[in-house]
Amino acid sequence: MSADHECCGVTRRRVLEGGAALAVLGSVRPGLAAEAMPQAPPISPTDPGISTMDVHLTVNGTAQSLSLDTRTTLLDALREHLGFTGTKKGCDHGQCGACTVLVEGRRINACLTLAAMHDGDHITTIEGLATGEQLHPMQAAFVHHDGYQCGYCTPGQIMSAVGMLDEAKRGFPSVVTADLKAHPELDDHEVRERMSGNICRCSAYPNIVAAIQDAKGAA
Amino acid sequence: MKTFTYERPTTVAAAAQALAAKPDSKFIAGGTNLLDLMKLEVETPAHLIDVNKLPLDAVEDTPDGGLRIGALVRNSDLAADPRVRKSYGVLGRALLAGASGQLRNKATTAGNLLQRTRCYYFYDVTQPCNKREPGSGCSAIGGFNRVLAVLGTSDHCITTHPSDMAVAMQVLDAKVETTAADGATRTIPLAEFYRLPEATPQLETNLKTGEIITAVTLPPPPPGVQIYRKVRDRASYAFALVSVAAIVDTADGQVRSARLAFGGLAPKPWRSASAEAALTNQKAGAPAFAGAGEALVQGAKGSGHNDFKIPLVQRTLSAVLTQATLNA
Repeated sequence: MSADHECCGVTRRRVLEGGAALAVLGSVRPGLAAEAMPQAPPISPTDPGISTMDVHLTVNGTAQSLSLDTRTTLLDALREHLGFTGTKKGCDHGQCGACTVLVEGRRINACLTLAAMHDGDHITTIEGLATGEQLHPMQAAFVHHDGYQCGYCTPGQIMSAVGMLDEAKRGFPSVVTADLKAHPELDDHEVRERMSGNICRCSAYPNIVAAIQDAKGAA
Repeated sequence: MKTFTYERPTTVAAAAQALAAKPDSKFIAGGTNLLDLMKLEVETPAHLIDVNKLPLDAVEDTPDGGLRIGALVRNSDLAADPRVRKSYGVLGRALLAGASGQLRNKATTAGNLLQRTRCYYFYDVTQPCNKREPGSGCSAIGGFNRVLAVLGTSDHCITTHPSDMAVAMQVLDAKVETTAADGATRTIPLAEFYRLPEATPQLETNLKTGEIITAVTLPPPPPGVQIYRKVRDRASYAFALVSVAAIVDTADGQVRSARLAFGGLAPKPWRSASAEAALTNQKAGAPAFAGAGEALVQGAKGSGHNDFKIPLVQRTLSAVLTQATLNA
């Protein structure tokens, strides 16, 4: 796997040195985001209208215990309570894909699910993709192919692409798969259809598709 | 979002009883539609019953050669099921034509059936809407109605049902299995599951209070070519302007049977017995296809911006039937 990581000649350190760090890594490190940004204000126990509950999540391999307002989405739990600000809030209505994370290995929109619905689940965010200094092949490919401009949608694009490749590996068809019974071949048309839940306002789509195609064998 | 309390039952009986006990509660499964609506305060349940731990996530063969799809089977898993891919292509294509990869990974079979309309005015709490607030009036009639219905409407509501999956299930004669709070079970043909708006657009299905959907069953696959064609404003990740689900059986250039259902046209998945009858035992070809289209739109009524749907669906139907009978 380490050989694959080096396929594009990009390491975590080299990304950190360049301007692409925030886009492909999500943040420099999760702890820093938490330090830099105050956490959500504590819930006043005297407010009778608010219902809270304990939620246990494993985020990027680390167990986390939270007491949350029941209304807290998984996205807000990650960003505001745990400091994983790499996962972005775009539309907050499931239309843009910027909040895509993996839950038990499957890509979902973190904005359209409650943290409470994921008690006990394993979550992977953009901050959890790299292995130490080594970028995940999908992160390296996005850097290599310049698969972004402003970078805001990039963490969601990368997480979605990782989840999408796993779906394809398991034989999931798409609506453009000619023969539903056959194992799908991921040509550019397939990649575009399968990634349609991730919008890029800068329209970096050609390079995003190229990055995914490059990382396909390695991810 | 309004505050709510939350519980997570582990049995169907407990879930149905929880709903019956608290009238202002809602089931939540995938949540992809409900949470969207709760953020906008279109939906304001005081209590959520998370049904994700119920044992309803299996796809099973039925003794008669059909399929029984658990209420919690995710849309992506159902589309990837080998039996759906092999024998129910119209359903697989419809599922895959809906939403995005991320949403299909969350969205469930029962939740898809029960999703609400995407009418702009239903979503806009500052505007009158008879579905959201009975008696307040319909802003879509005389308003911006390009995506709305031309069949099955009333003076009170012209919404469309947004599901692709339900259109395919309608053409397959699916049935909905439910359990009530008292433990009673029943099976509702999908054709009798949805209500038309008439004077009560807030009532969308014939489910009773406290009744929970446990499964959708499909009869054995009918003979014929299966096609799902969706026409929309962009190539992917958009709701249907019109969609056609067709199962057409032909022999020696003649249509033996045709099953046709439509999305984007009506407040419920729209099965057209008259269009089907116009094709049965007819020579496959443009005259018969045009006749089916004309039968389909008998009584159709546009509201201005959506008038285009009436010719569009006839042309889409002709294209689908041409494709379905190519080797007839």
